[in-house]
Amino acid sequence: MSGQKINHILHQKQNIPICFSETTLQKVHKIIAHYPEGKQKSALLPLLHIAQEELGGYLNADVMDYIADLLKIQSIEVYEVATFYSQYYLDPVGKYVIEVCRTGPCAICGGEDIQDYLEEKLQIKDGETTADGLFTLKTVECLGACGYAPVMQINTEFYEHLTPAKIDTILEDLRLNATNDKHLDTTWAEKYS
Amino acid sequence: MGRKILLENSDIPNIKSFDVFRAHGGYVSVEKALKTMAPDEIIEEVKKSGLRGRGGAAFPTGLKWTFLDRKSNKPRYLVCNGDESEPGTFKDRYLMEKLPHLLIEGMICSSFALGVNTAYIYIRGEFKYLLGILNQAINEAYKNGFLGKNILGTNFSLDMYVHPGAGAYICGEETALLESLEGKRGNPRIKPPFPAVVGLYDCPTVVNNVETLANVGYIVNFGGDAYASIGLGKSTGTKLISACGKINNPGVYEIELGMSVEDFIYKEEFCGGIKDNLELKAVVPGGSSVPIVPKKIILFTASGEKRLMTYESLAEGGFESGTMLGSGGFIVYDQNACIVRNTWNFSRFYHHESCGQCSPCREGTGWMEKILWRIEHGFGNMKDIDLLVSIADKIEGNTICPLGDAAAWPVASAIRHFREDFIFHVQYPEIIKNIKHGALYKYENQD
Amino acid sequence: MLKLTIDHQTIEVAEGTTILQAARKIGGSVVPPAMCWYSKLEGSGGKCRTCLVKVSEGSAKDPRPLPKLVASCRTPVIDGMVVQNKTSPEVLEARKAIVEFLLINHPLDCPVCDQAGECDLQDLSYDNGKVSCRYQESRREFDVIDIGNLIKLHMNRCILCYRCVYVADQISGKRIHGILYRGDVSEISTYIKNSIDHNFSGNVIDVCPVGALTDKTFRFKNRVWFLKPMTAHRDCPTCSGKVIAWMRGSEIYRITGRKDEFGEVEEFICNECRFEKKNINDWIVEGPTTLKRHSVISQNHYKEIKTPSVINPLEEKMETQTNDE
Repeated sequence: MSGQKINHILHQKQNIPICFSETTLQKVHKIIAHYPEGKQKSALLPLLHIAQEELGGYLNADVMDYIADLLKIQSIEVYEVATFYSQYYLDPVGKYVIEVCRTGPCAICGGEDIQDYLEEKLQIKDGETTADGLFTLKTVECLGACGYAPVMQINTEFYEHLTPAKIDTILEDLRLNATNDKHLDTTWAEKYS
Repeated sequence: MGRKILLENSDIPNIKSFDVFRAHGGYVSVEKALKTMAPDEIIEEVKKSGLRGRGGAAFPTGLKWTFLDRKSNKPRYLVCNGDESEPGTFKDRYLMEKLPHLLIEGMICSSFALGVNTAYIYIRGEFKYLLGILNQAINEAYKNGFLGKNILGTNFSLDMYVHPGAGAYICGEETALLESLEGKRGNPRIKPPFPAVVGLYDCPTVVNNVETLANVGYIVNFGGDAYASIGLGKSTGTKLISACGKINNPGVYEIELGMSVEDFIYKEEFCGGIKDNLELKAVVPGGSSVPIVPKKIILFTASGEKRLMTYESLAEGGFESGTMLGSGGFIVYDQNACIVRNTWNFSRFYHHESCGQCSPCREGTGWMEKILWRIEHGFGNMKDIDLLVSIADKIEGNTICPLGDAAAWPVASAIRHFREDFIFHVQYPEIIKNIKHGALYKYENQD
Repeated sequence: MLKLTIDHQTIEVAEGTTILQAARKIGGSVVPPAMCWYSKLEGSGGKCRTCLVKVSEGSAKDPRPLPKLVASCRTPVIDGMVVQNKTSPEVLEARKAIVEFLLINHPLDCPVCDQAGECDLQDLSYDNGKVSCRYQESRREFDVIDIGNLIKLHMNRCILCYRCVYVADQISGKRIHGILYRGDVSEISTYIKNSIDHNFSGNVIDVCPVGALTDKTFRFKNRVWFLKPMTAHRDCPTCSGKVIAWMRGSEIYRITGRKDEFGEVEEFICNECRFEKKNINDWIVEGPTTLKRHSVISQNHYKEIKTPSVINPLEEKMETQTNDE
């Protein structure tokens, strides 16, 4: 059962200068334009996705402050949102974030076993990252793919009808793939074109 | 029986693309609506169709549309709710993935009917892949003059955008979705006022489910009466049912409302029976929130009649001996399923997804999960079972949004119908602790 | 004007008035308790659910009852509405449940809490709580943090009413604290090491219904019921300067805003008045204040209670066997 001591630490800012690339910035302004004048805060969720993907894999306070500046909102408004939604990571993660669904339909079809298998295979527990920085393992609630159970997502790419053998292949492919810097899927920014 | 409205063309190769979709009768409804119909006529047809919200609440769509505040001078918005997160439900993603243009077509007609010039499609963040598919479809619609300024030469203009969420079940609640769309935490708003009056950016807004909006094209093309002639009684039209769990053919099925539950579970063209020839134990017919019911209740009503796949038939008998059609997330459990474990699992889900705004849900969901964890892991006692019923009862109806009810119903119904399973867990903790769940033991044997 | 009947008492109110506001106009036992709604904070309310009431007749036009209990703080009166508060067993039952929910994770550290004696949650539990506790799981715990050198945050005690967030948004300019995370692990915090530093930030202490936000300059200095609340004022360039000085002898222990009978501050005061002016010479003391609230502090006398004052350890067991809820 979940421990009852809740350890939400107060974070420290590094004050490192942060900036999106020129092409991403163009996308960002296009996204902001999807919302009415003065309602640019609406772009916060998509921007945080892009920031997480392109600015280090997780959202630290500096990145969030940068987004706050971009959208001309207060930093706390970004912190509130980033801590609310489960897809935003507040701590460093590995290159590949494996999110295993553990909710009802997946669970009855072996989802919990997939989690166990991955923990054993990668020698890490829920929420941890492998020593080589390649894989982070997380359990998540329903991914909306119950008919294809058990399922997991790796960097928001779906992997369905999982079996241990299938997982072995997937992880092997990712290890081989890790040296080139290609994303598994098109990036958030690329999906806006 | 067996007519299709939505998925009729879903198997045509490349139906995802505008050209193929258009060649198969796509966007005809937009031409008809914009050129030959008045907005009120469309609303009238939707009312006649008897179409009900397909997200789970089943509120009549036409009626919801009439609530939209037309007197204010503010812009109006249409928001498509694609935050499909209810465990067991995966129909909207299927629809958006296979037939993105069908949704866009329905949204254009709906926007025209409602006097909307900006529409958003809110998809859950985990459906990142859909963002690309939908954006591409929207771009194609712009290029072909079905979106943008002066559509088809009329003075109707419409802009459409996709907005991704970021992992929060609660954003499926319409006001939480609007908050999220405004770039805030997904805290449901306190109602009244309702979105029809004060919605997105405080403007009048209609929020409809993906499947609901996808039906509008058909209604415009063939009329509300034609739609109403499909289905049974007040359950008009077809419904996408996403079937999962221990069945032979999990997947998304479009059924005409009114077929029997038994046929749906056992017929080869649908679920195809229970996996491994096991016995059916229980079904959750409308997504994890609706009451779980045992075999005899899902197949037959209290009066002994065959239970049908309609809103009314599934609800017959109230919560004593009925359940709900909900979102159509049809989860099937075989004889080996542990109802207690499943209840704990759902309870954990709602605990995890509670926004934490109102006290009964914030505190109650966690409390229920902890008790269920104890029972499932062999640390329960008899008093816990009634305590759970009491907590569920205290959450239900006292919260800001329906998540409280959604968290309470699975627990209350599991104990109502499977109390003996809970008692067994309390009585034989040692047996419980040694049970292996899931399928891993099978993998072990394989090696 | 709209006509509203609440617990058999009828009142006429203006359009836009909520049930709770109308009830406050009548006063007395018809007033539902409010832990999160604050009349001076726009957007507040609806969250704690302690003010739930039953609408037994929706309106003159449509007298059907509303299907669910409604939050009286956010539900506008409709002409001809009939509401039950104390006269509805359903409402009392729900309120009891809400108190239980609010208390299951509350540390019950009243003996060491500065808010004790003037705590809304204490009052609420006193009026609506149960004697026994059905919660046997572990309680959640947060670390105690400083948000600035004047305010201490005990997140364990917080009931997430959001009032302090609205104060920051509406009274004290730039907001640097907010609600973080979600569900039952959500908390009030600044996320990064930061201090709330604004002329009016101290008002978060006054609006906090529990002991989550406390005055560091008063921390552990004295129990509130040993102090004499005195109405006082000064010529303050920033705020109205109208305060209550909490005194013992001629010593001022703390300064707070003046509160009305519903526990709401009448006027928000500035930090200088609250934290810096602790000398009797800083103030013109008008005289003793009569606290209108029913809280422990204002009673100053003991009531005879009907249940036995000696706790019988077997009693609860006997009770649960016969009356298992």
